[in-house]
Order: sequence, then structure tokens, then C-alpha cells
Amino acid sequence: MGLKLFRCCLMVMVALCIFSTSAFGGEVEVLHWWTSGGEAKSVAVLKELLEKEGHIWKDFAVAGGGGDAAMTVLKSRAVAGNPPTAAQVKGPQIQLWGDEGLLANLDDVARAEKWDELLPKVVADIMKYEGSYVAVPVNVHRINWMWANPEVFRKAGAQLPTTWEQFEVAAKKIKKAGFIPVAWGGQPWQEATVFEIIVAAVGGPDFYRRALVDADAKALSSPTMVKVLEIMKMIKQYTDKGAPGRDWNLATAMVIQGKAAMQFMGDWAKGEFTAAGKSPGADYIAMPAPGTSNQFLFNVDSFIMFKQKDPGAKEAQKAMARLILQPEFQKVFNVNKGSIPVRLGMPRAPFDDPALRAMSEFIASATGGGLVPSMAHEMAVFPAIRGAILDVVTNFYNSDMSAKKAAAELAREVEAAM
Amino acid sequence: MADLSKARHKGFFDYLEDAIPKLVLAPTFLAALIFIYGFILWTAWISITQSRLLPNYKIASGYKITKKALENMGHNGVPETVLKELQALEKRELTNKKSRFLQNVKKQIGLEQTHKYKELILKHSYTRDPLFQYKKLFNSDRWLVALKNLLIFASLFIGLCIALGLLLAIFLDQRIRSEGALRTIYLYPMALSFIVTGAVWKWILNPNLGVEQLVRNMGFAGFTFDWLVNSKMAIYTVVIAAVWQSTGFVLALFLAGLRGIDDAIIKAAQVDGASLPRIYRRIIIPGLRPVFLSAVIILSHIAIKSFDLVMVLTRGGPGYSSDLPATFMYAFAFNRGRLGFGASSAMMMFFVVMAIIIPYLYSELRKTRYA
Repeated sequence: MGLKLFRCCLMVMVALCIFSTSAFGGEVEVLHWWTSGGEAKSVAVLKELLEKEGHIWKDFAVAGGGGDAAMTVLKSRAVAGNPPTAAQVKGPQIQLWGDEGLLANLDDVARAEKWDELLPKVVADIMKYEGSYVAVPVNVHRINWMWANPEVFRKAGAQLPTTWEQFEVAAKKIKKAGFIPVAWGGQPWQEATVFEIIVAAVGGPDFYRRALVDADAKALSSPTMVKVLEIMKMIKQYTDKGAPGRDWNLATAMVIQGKAAMQFMGDWAKGEFTAAGKSPGADYIAMPAPGTSNQFLFNVDSFIMFKQKDPGAKEAQKAMARLILQPEFQKVFNVNKGSIPVRLGMPRAPFDDPALRAMSEFIASATGGGLVPSMAHEMAVFPAIRGAILDVVTNFYNSDMSAKKAAAELAREVEAAM
Repeated sequence: MADLSKARHKGFFDYLEDAIPKLVLAPTFLAALIFIYGFILWTAWISITQSRLLPNYKIASGYKITKKALENMGHNGVPETVLKELQALEKRELTNKKSRFLQNVKKQIGLEQTHKYKELILKHSYTRDPLFQYKKLFNSDRWLVALKNLLIFASLFIGLCIALGLLLAIFLDQRIRSEGALRTIYLYPMALSFIVTGAVWKWILNPNLGVEQLVRNMGFAGFTFDWLVNSKMAIYTVVIAAVWQSTGFVLALFLAGLRGIDDAIIKAAQVDGASLPRIYRRIIIPGLRPVFLSAVIILSHIAIKSFDLVMVLTRGGPGYSSDLPATFMYAFAFNRGRLGFGASSAMMMFFVVMAIIIPYLYSELRKTRYA
């Protein structure tokens, strides 16, 4: 009797448990690679917000390789027919996942939260697959920054450059004074970062879009592109011999220590200056890279959402999508991560100076047409095409290939990768 | 009766005893069959598809203007003038995107004609091409660089390792003092992984930190040794690091071989008045033939699969000048969402291994069988 009663109770309890979870909240399993100190803290905010609404957060962090490891895991899960609820995937790769037919439609959340009004159109288009939202943007990084050490510029008697002609004059002076003008990280993605900055500077946003977003063969082999490549080669004489293979943060360290005058790198470099106890304006200067002052090359991190069967999980997924774009998460996450909010119309209070400047220029360029996705950071073209561009650019920079030949090669390789 | 049942009983256990080795080996055999040969076949299949991000099992197919397609269109009423214009598209590659193909056709023959003959053109230009990825592979400049690097790396690595290993083994075999300690020193690099070797040599060869800076600080201001950052020489730095790591292992192999050679033959040769170099050339080194076989096989597979060393030492750079097929395959299959393309490069690596190993094994094994 006692045993029977106990069994009955147990069954009721189990049933209640199942019922209650499906009624009040579901589980979200989130694949991401934000595992370093500041990033992990930022993600934990989202977890808290979700748990406050009664959902369960199952962390699925895969560290290493700038997301390569996580992508491998994600592919194997998808092939096995068991993808997580959400995964950190960005740029045109969202379209590739959409092609596989695995993504959930977020249009009702988007309508309720008015995403079309909150997000710049360029960003919103990246989040859509065939006109429907399938991904949620999280934050924005600006790529076209120049980080300079004013002390070195002063000692060399050089001016901070705002065009590439001025850059050459300044670099000559700095080299003469015995400093390294440019702290260069000789890895393909870093070389591509400088390359796309020069494309934006020389060709302007329209040319940038044709060459690096539409991957138009005519633009890629045009005289403008030849000029871009020539400028890139010109910079090489102002770098040091230790550059090949150097990590970006070591290059930043050269600017911090006053060995080098400047570095071209996205806004995550700020973290290195902050960690070294330097203050903006006095110890280092952050300004738009030469020729790109009213342009904004962006890198937006986002989560794609996979189709769910369980109604509780569906509910939780929608809650997650909604919470990501709400001001509270946008504020805390981006302050921790050093990026800026992706939604427009955020209070400016907790952000620091470079972030505030980036925020106002993000809005200005969104309306002025200077807002373009970064090719080097996987926002503009499919990975296969990006890879082809990176191959040609890095091969050109590291060999004695002529700029003309490289431009022709660029068009040919991109065509072959399509 | 009792005897018979005993005999039957014994028969069963005999049977079991016979079967046990097979039963024990069966799981490993099965595992090898699936996880080695099964996956080789799987990769081969993927390499003839257009798989991008995820595997896709449909053989590569799409739209392409071929001679046969033009002929068929002609038979079905597409006029000669249009066919002539379409001929210019023969050079274009196969594409599985209908809209992209039609766009190219439109550019060539104009909107009106495209509209008129759309169905016919689409129907006749749809083809299958299992070698699609392989054709792309051999049009890729980066793949040719990787293949050339493999050739340079493998031949220098195997040659230098065997030459140095044999030389050191012969020196160590001269009954010198403290041989054990020396042997340990030579063998020690083998205890490191290629990752560590790569990191160490990266610093040694870095022009701002390593040898170049050292010699310059000693007063030779004009000294340069910048192989690591020179795109023409970078692959040789990989050879240096790999030889440094593996020579000790080859030395150990040869030393064991040398110790295995019968002293009596050497004594006899000495009595006959043969000089020491002659003894080595005519008796000892030919006697080491099986060791050469093992050394070549082990070193060539290290060379072909070599990945970690390049990843750490040069990352395939500067540019992609020190790329090897293994790093190439990784980059394309896993970083760039071109699984089919990566699989075709993996198959090419497989064929290279087969091309080296099969003739070598065949000649060696045949000799021992008929000897």
C-alpha cells in the first residue's frame, strides 16, 4: 500500500514537472564562443534575463579558433538533426544556414518589437532570409579605426594623417626618427582589414559595395582597385620585419609601448589600451582611418535561431530574440564587450568617449549611406568568396606581384569561388 | 555414451578456442573497416558533389553550355545565330544557380532571345560533372603552391632526416664513451610535439628576436637571415624544424639496425683487408635495407599529414607561400564552407600517399618473398 501510494505521488510529481516546464518556460540551448572574461560576463546578463522570465538557459560554449571550433560542432549537430536553439553565426553565413532550411521564422517577434524601425536597413537585411527575420543582431563593432600614439608623432614631428597622402608624409618622418610607422599584423585577416579600409577610402562607399559586397568582377579589376593595392604595397615599407604572423594584440602592444606610431584595427583594440591603463585622448588617439571619416565599416555579431518542435522551447526562443534587442541587455552587454548597441535610439549614459563617437557616426552613416559591411570580418560576402579575396590580397602583399596583375587575379579568383 | 558426450563437449570448446582470436579481432576489424575505409569512401563521394557548408550527396550538377548542349539545341530549333553567340559561354564554369546562369545567357544573347528559348537552353545545358571540384582544384593557384611545397618539403625532409640520422648513428656506433647520454640528447626532440617545436623555431627564426638579431648584436650589422618572413624561403624553415625534430628518431632506428648486424661478417671483411668506409658501403648499409623501408614509410606519412608544425611556425604564410595540402584542406573544408572542394583536395592527398607507398611496398615485399 505504502509503496503504491508513493509511486502514485511520484508519477503525479513527474507529470507536474513536465507540465509546469512546458507551461511556464522552455529551455534554450545557446552555442557561442564568448568565453573570455568580459565576454562571458556579457553573455551571463542574457542568461539572467531569460531566467527571470522562467526559462532555462543551457550554455553551450565552444572556445577556440575564433569560432572555427564552434562551427565544426554546430555542423555536426545540424547533420545529426539536433541543432541547438540558437547559435552565434553572422553575416552571409546566415543565408547558407537558411538554404539548409533549418532556421526559425522570427517575424512575429520582429513585428511586435518593431525591429524594422530599430535597426538600420543594411543590418536588418543581413538578418533576413528571403524577407523574414531568422537571426537577431547583438552588437556592432567598427572596423575602420586608426590607433595612434601621440608621443611618437610628437617626437617625429609628424601630423596625424586624415588622407593617405598625409599618411605617406607622416610615415616618412616617423621612420626617419627611428620608430616603426605602422604596427602591422601579418595574418591574412588583418591584411584584409587594412585592404578594405583602403578600398573604402579610395573608392568611397559605392565602389566598396560593388567590389566587396556584390563581388563584381569589373569593380575588382578596375583602375580604382589597382590604386588601392598600390597604396597597400606602399604601407609595407613602413612596417617592420617581424610583422609576418604577428597577432593583432601584439601589434597593439607596439603602439602602447611607443615602438610604433599607429595601427589600423577594429574597436576591440581599445580593450588592450584600457587593460594597459591608458586613457583615450592623452595616451592614445582613436580616430577614423585616413579617408574614411564619414564611413562606417561594421561587424555585427548575431544569433541564428533554429526551428524548434517543443512549444516551450519555441516560447523561450522568442523570448530570447526579444530580450537581445531590448535596451537593458544592449546596454550591459555592449559596455562589457567594448562594442556599441545595434539598435538605434539608445541612452548614451554608460558609454565611454570612443564608443559615443562610434554610436553617433553609426547613426549618421546609416542615414548618409556610408554604412557598409566589413568584408574581412565575414559580413559582406560568402566565406568562399571572402577566402578567395583574402588569398589574393595576402599573396599580393607578401610577394612582388604587380598591383595590376593582382587586381586581375582578384576578379578571376572571386569568379571561380562563386 | 559418456565418452561420446565428452567428445562432443570437447568439440565445442575446440571450436570456441579456434574462434576466439577471430571474435576478439572482429570489433577492431569492423572499426577499421568503417572508420578508415568507410570514411575514405565517404570523402571520395563528397568530393564529387557540390557540398558547401554541410555534406550533400547529390553528384555535382548544374547548367553549363557544352558542345553537346549546343548541338542538341540546334536540333530542337534554336537558330544558328543564337548558337554562335552562346558559344562564347563555353568557357564559363558549371553553376547550380539557375538565375546566375540565365543572367549570363541574357548578357550574351539579349533579353528577347533568352525569353524565347529559355526552356530549351535550360533543358539541354543541364549536366552532371563528377569532376567539377577536381577541375576547380587544379585551376586554383593556392593548391598548386601547396602541392609544390609538399614536394619540396617531403623530399628535403625525408632525404635530410635519413642522411643525418644514418650519419649520426654510424658515429654513435663507434663504441664511444657516454654513448647513452648522447643518444638521449639526440632523441630528446622526439619527446616534444610538433606544436612545441614550431613555437620554439618560430622564435629562433624570427628576425627581430632570433638568430638574425643575435648575430647583429655581435657586431655584424649587415647580417640577414629572414627565411621565416620571406615568402620564397618560408617553406625551408618548416623543413629545418621538422628535420630537427625527427632526425633523432631516425638515428634510433638506424642504431638499432646497426646493432643487429652480425659482427662475424664485419670481422671477416676486416680479415680480408677491407677498409672501414668500404665495409660500411658494401656490407653494413645494404644490410640496413629494412630500416630504410620503415624510415621512408614513417617519414613520408609524417610529411604528407604534416599540419600542426606549419600551423604554428608560419600559419601557411607569408601570404599562403608555405601552405601544405593538409592546411589547404582544413582551410577550405572547415573555414570557408567548401566541403566538396576540401574533400577533393583530401582525395588528392590520398592519391599522393598511394602513389608513393604502393610501388615501394610492392618492390620491397616482392623481394623478401622470392629471396
